[in-house]
Amino acid sequence: MLLVIPRTLKTSRFSPFRLLSTVVRACPLLSIKPTRGLVDEKLQIVVRNLRPKQDVTLHSVHQSEDKDFWEAFGHYVSDGNGTVTVAKDASLSGTYVGVEAMGLMWSLRPVPGSRTGLRFRKKDVLSPLVFHISVHDGHVSQGFTQLTPLESLVIERWYMAPGVRRFDIRERGVRGTLFIPPGPGPFPGVLDMWGGGGGLVEYRAALLASHGFASMALEYLTPGELKKLKADVNYFETAYQILQNHDMVRRDRLALCGLSFGGCITLSMIVYSKIIQPQCCVCISGSHIPVIKKSLDETFEDIRKHINKIRIENNQHIWRDITLPVPTDPTLKVDVARVTCPVLLVVGGDDQNLPTLEASEDIQHIMEKAGNHHLLQVLIYPGAGHLIEPPYSPHHRATNFIVQEGKDKILLLWGGQAKPHADAQEDSWEKLLAFLQQHLYHATPQAEL
Amino acid sequence: MREQPCPLLSVAPRRGMLDDGLDVHVQYLLPGLPVTLHALIHSEDDDFWEAFGHYVSDASGVVHVSEDACLGGSYSGVEPAGLLWSMRPIAGSRTGLRFRKIDTCTPIEVHISVYDGHLNEGFQKKSSLASVVVQRWYMASGIQKVDVREKGLKGTLFIPPGPGPFPAVLDLWGGGGGLVEYRSALLASKGYVSLTLEYIGLVNADGKPYNVGSDYFEAAFTVLKQHPKVCPERVAMMGLSFGASVTLGMAAYSSVIKVDQPKCVICINGSHIMPVNGSLSDVFDAIKKNVKNTRYDEEQRIIWRDLLLPVPEDPLKKVDMGCITCPVLLIVGEDDQNWPAKESAEDIKKMMKRAGNSHLLTVLSYPGAGHLIEPPYSPHVRASNFILQETKEKVVVLWGGQTKPHCLAQEDSWHKTLAFLEQHLYSNTAVVSRASL
Repeated sequence: MLLVIPRTLKTSRFSPFRLLSTVVRACPLLSIKPTRGLVDEKLQIVVRNLRPKQDVTLHSVHQSEDKDFWEAFGHYVSDGNGTVTVAKDASLSGTYVGVEAMGLMWSLRPVPGSRTGLRFRKKDVLSPLVFHISVHDGHVSQGFTQLTPLESLVIERWYMAPGVRRFDIRERGVRGTLFIPPGPGPFPGVLDMWGGGGGLVEYRAALLASHGFASMALEYLTPGELKKLKADVNYFETAYQILQNHDMVRRDRLALCGLSFGGCITLSMIVYSKIIQPQCCVCISGSHIPVIKKSLDETFEDIRKHINKIRIENNQHIWRDITLPVPTDPTLKVDVARVTCPVLLVVGGDDQNLPTLEASEDIQHIMEKAGNHHLLQVLIYPGAGHLIEPPYSPHHRATNFIVQEGKDKILLLWGGQAKPHADAQEDSWEKLLAFLQQHLYHATPQAEL
Repeated sequence: MREQPCPLLSVAPRRGMLDDGLDVHVQYLLPGLPVTLHALIHSEDDDFWEAFGHYVSDASGVVHVSEDACLGGSYSGVEPAGLLWSMRPIAGSRTGLRFRKIDTCTPIEVHISVYDGHLNEGFQKKSSLASVVVQRWYMASGIQKVDVREKGLKGTLFIPPGPGPFPAVLDLWGGGGGLVEYRSALLASKGYVSLTLEYIGLVNADGKPYNVGSDYFEAAFTVLKQHPKVCPERVAMMGLSFGASVTLGMAAYSSVIKVDQPKCVICINGSHIMPVNGSLSDVFDAIKKNVKNTRYDEEQRIIWRDLLLPVPEDPLKKVDMGCITCPVLLIVGEDDQNWPAKESAEDIKKMMKRAGNSHLLTVLSYPGAGHLIEPPYSPHVRASNFILQETKEKVVVLWGGQTKPHCLAQEDSWHKTLAFLEQHLYSNTAVVSRASL
């Protein structure tokens, strides 16, 4: 806004005198803390020196490693002092509404015109996510790149805290990445597994290391190569031993953390493997069906027998029915009655990929009958989908998924709605860290179970 | 079987700005365990600086630095950021050191550790229970750093990201000379285009040293005002020590600046005692005439505060503070042994009261603070090595101040400086009209 007041020059014969009026522009001040935070840290975003009751738009944009642009925005009205405080004021409309301190992060979505079915994932954890956060005059919903904002800042969001060390693990046929926290160690260890999409996904392990856990991200599936699976129980046991025997890892303070198929692997391993006996485990969007006692290849063969149960609606593939109904035959599911360590189950109530809600109910039922349900903690998030990622990550209801050797690209439905899913990510992460800390960082020896 | 301890040390922020506080938290210790928290910096000059505090964990095995009292070490009491501001060179270091970061594009890395027991030394040889690394940055993300070499100037410009235009600050350091960038980098991170200037010890094309005139500073002010990313009517000047004297002189007398004066000025431990309308050369000559007033403390460290004293009655020997028409913030370390900041501030107050413009003056006076009032959490040095410009002789200068009150002054004055700048450069004021003769 420009206030233009005409210049007037007055001179008097007796005393040269000039009255100057200065042109004054509004100078909004955007401040964001932290400017270089971890991805799970909350942002404090404040805009000051706006006009009172001014309509403004807060906008965030990020260019991914794949060169796609992701953006989020919220519409605000400044208060009587010309201030907008994102953590206290409600966004009236935009990609998020209401009082949402982190809405500019979790409601990110590809900008209009982007390729479809994208998923937000960082491969290189040694560099930060970079966001440009801007304030625009008025309530803007599109065309941000053509507009000049009132103010703009750059912030960084990191998966890795300073001092965390990253090591490639390529031994005994195992492929993974180990992240060690700074300090003399040794540290409690976490074996971290992702799902059937495959690949070596490092960011959660990097973040866990930033919280004091030596974490190994494990690759057990090459993307799109479900036919050529080599991994079997032996593979996971070897990976576990590599972690356990590492100089910087406390062999007596270990956990497994798995998402989706990684969660299924987690439950099978802790029950059936004599070698994998962690102090606790976390199973996110996982299930006790199928049982993984042999090779993954054979396990997937069994799953493929139920392929006819896949539904396709609006071009989106829904896989949750493949392992439904929950079998009554105990040989078809992991015998959780034999679980001897604390288990944290994280379940999205709208999971369209795995029937995690039904599975968690069955697990609870079995463990109650067996008398070991005191070991079980279940977190159920209505409205959350399958991909429960670290906090403030964007939600994806459906994304592209490669099924077979790059030939079959489908749109896979994960489920969930953005807001409840974001809440689930934030809450479950906090509880996951507390759970791991409680069982792995305790000061005194744990009582015998 | 007694298990090996596995404590968890958490420090926030991991990657903070220089003026962010610090939160240090240790968990999963045994209850009632004496521990030492230790911070270590390896400086660019290859020196080591450290701070440490003795604590005892509570019944839950927790030490929370922002709540628990430190029982002894380089600081004591409840001091959330004591591990930063109480840093000093480790035993056996070279003497007379001063902590200054030259490269503003990289952070200071602080290693924070927790040790078993109450230790006072030998930290490098002992194994810690846990250790983390935190970064402290002068420059926020997206700040642009530009060398300024036009119009005979030697300086560095820091520009915030975003479209601008922004308010700006001309930033001057003291008689030690050099091109000191870190405060400007920090100011840019707060939303000000900031120009830091080297103005002492410059050499011309023939390699001969020369003293700049007032036109040098006027050129710098103009470069700033005319920069496309700067709001020309929102430019301030800030100076420490000798830079503060230059700032006051410019605010009052420069013909260029008089028409478009700085919107406000900030003077840290400066003085208005200098020949009226004099060049730097005049000022140096005047000071040299009083060199007999140099005193030494019990360790033969130089006390220069008397070189400008007593405060002259003759108005030609000091800046006419009655001329100033913009807000002035004076920051005074009452234990300043280098510059008579306290006496100058008192005289400035008197002059402005007589002239009727004392409503423009704000004085922040800090008992126990010394001369070098730096950005918050910077270590305090009571004396350090100094190189005399003309003879290149190395001496040790007494700056003054006691660590705790000095560091409080750094923290408090910085926040008030930012508030002052925001009030005068960022706030929406209606038409500002000025009368000028």
